[in-house]
Amino acid sequence: MSVRFVFKTSYDQDLGIFRDDVQRNWYLALLVGLLVLPLLIPAYVVDVSLVFIYGLCGLSLMVLAGYTGLVSLGHAAFLGIGAYTHVYVVHDLGLPWVVGVALACVVTAAVGVLVGLPALRMTGVYLSIATLAFALIIQEALTRWERVTGGLKGKAVEKPVVFGVHLGGDTAFYFLCLAFLIAGLWLTGNLLRAPTGRAWVAIRDSEIAAQSMGVNLAVYKTSAFAYSAALMGVAGALFAHKIGFLAPDIFTVLLSIQFLLMVVVGGLGSLHGALFGAVFVALLPVAISQARDSIPVWLSAIASPFGKEAGAATFLAVDQFVKKPGLEPGLFGVILVLFILFEPLGIYGRWRKIQLYFSTFPLYKRATFRRQKTYMRSERLR
Amino acid sequence: MSLFAADGLVMDFGGLRAVDGVSFQIEPGEVFTIIGPNGAGKTTIFNLVSRIYEPTAGRLIFDGEDITRVPPHEVARRGIARTFQNIELFEHATVLQNLLLGRHAHKRSRFVEELLFLPSVRALELEHREAVERVIDFLDLQPHRDNLVVNLAYGVRKVVEMARALCTRPRLLLLDEPSSGLSVEETEDMAFWIQDIRTVLGVTVLMVEHDMSLVSSVSDRVLAVNYGRPIALGTAREVQEHPDVIKAYLGG
Repeated sequence: MSVRFVFKTSYDQDLGIFRDDVQRNWYLALLVGLLVLPLLIPAYVVDVSLVFIYGLCGLSLMVLAGYTGLVSLGHAAFLGIGAYTHVYVVHDLGLPWVVGVALACVVTAAVGVLVGLPALRMTGVYLSIATLAFALIIQEALTRWERVTGGLKGKAVEKPVVFGVHLGGDTAFYFLCLAFLIAGLWLTGNLLRAPTGRAWVAIRDSEIAAQSMGVNLAVYKTSAFAYSAALMGVAGALFAHKIGFLAPDIFTVLLSIQFLLMVVVGGLGSLHGALFGAVFVALLPVAISQARDSIPVWLSAIASPFGKEAGAATFLAVDQFVKKPGLEPGLFGVILVLFILFEPLGIYGRWRKIQLYFSTFPLYKRATFRRQKTYMRSERLR
Repeated sequence: MSLFAADGLVMDFGGLRAVDGVSFQIEPGEVFTIIGPNGAGKTTIFNLVSRIYEPTAGRLIFDGEDITRVPPHEVARRGIARTFQNIELFEHATVLQNLLLGRHAHKRSRFVEELLFLPSVRALELEHREAVERVIDFLDLQPHRDNLVVNLAYGVRKVVEMARALCTRPRLLLLDEPSSGLSVEETEDMAFWIQDIRTVLGVTVLMVEHDMSLVSSVSDRVLAVNYGRPIALGTAREVQEHPDVIKAYLGG
């Protein structure tokens, strides 16, 4: 294998979504894989749909936290607003499904602007606390505003009917979510290669320099909030159908933290990271529940040569341990800590290293990525 | 008519008067340097000119227009660009992206157009890219185009920051200590570039600088300040020999 160079002959090449034809073909292959996936593993279609929805959520928070540097601890609230708006518009007002999604998008964007306004004066931890407070207020509002939200009794959600087509089946819903995720990726990618995306990154890295280069901080911080919230709103509409039943206690702070976990574990500052994070957060519970069933069996199989009783005892002990409640959040926590310690660039950072290893195969140097102490401004403050 | 004029600038931080009645005029096409001991208020004057600070009193006039109340992000659009003493680059972006942000003042695409990346946006992006490439050629930054700023050496970052300021197509360029942290050779390069910026690009330069060899080799006029007050104005030689300046630097 040889080191591959991208030979550039025009500036246009730097404006494409993909680096070159090779990369585009890989993504096409991935798309084909995703299109046939429901045939290969029909049992997991529902779980993969959740990956797509979480992917939209990850994009949303990635724009805000990863690209603009505004860390929000209240994104579950935007998801809730989107979900409730969609269900209210479609079920209570009887408007078409598409209108529901559009309104979910618009309403959350408007709320995003409102939340973004105080963000003009707050940075860092203070902003996170403010968004956290906002999320708590929204959760309370969802509980109390019974006429619209159904309060604690909740609200049942019917299957989506898009342009008169019933998308009741799991596979149909899978494709619906996939379409929305691809659209979200495309739109976000467009913004990020245009002046708006650059202005966001500029705000993240140095507000004062961004301002001196002509970036209106008020406009771009608000637009980041609005766009992020709008994506969350659309994800909320899909999420409502996914869970089939809305209740205020779904959109808790814990969910917000899970979204944050998604972008950090995935890798801050890249769209790939948002998707890797979504896969991780959506599929880890599935993996855990699988492991709950299979680990005791495996371990007892290992222990059984030492006698029949040893096998049974191992099975019982391990089974009791893995079925203890609270194992899942604990695992999430451990994994987060491990990532921050060993791979601050997240899954995407690791992915890039593996790619580099293969593309430079016999010449890979471990030292390429050795972390060293630097005393430049950026490193000192982080 | 002068390109830029500061008229009786005063800046108070609480009880501390950092800038106390500074007035100066910059003629088009000149290199105007402000010198002074540490804490004399040079950078404060800079932040006042680029509108990051709100002056307590005084007026700023650029190109015959009062810009004392113009918001900071508007200053770039009017043709004033700056660099920072401690380098304020967008560190987790490539050099190219940094320079493209320098084109932000010339942004003409709207949000929805960008969302769909319409052909018009692509055409504008190519236009920005061409303007950026001219600056890259001018400052010899070709080898660093696709590098992340975090991976660059300090001297290169200094040049990248100057390049970013040039990408805004300024008429007045503010350089805050362009030679700080640079080696002797790099400082010499910097002097040539400042001269080129003035003669080739026709940009007027306002600079704060400590390195007197750089100051005397490029400046047309020098203003010395101490305790926020102007103490001498003239050519580099005149100012260096001015008794008040010698007193300010050496005491006595």
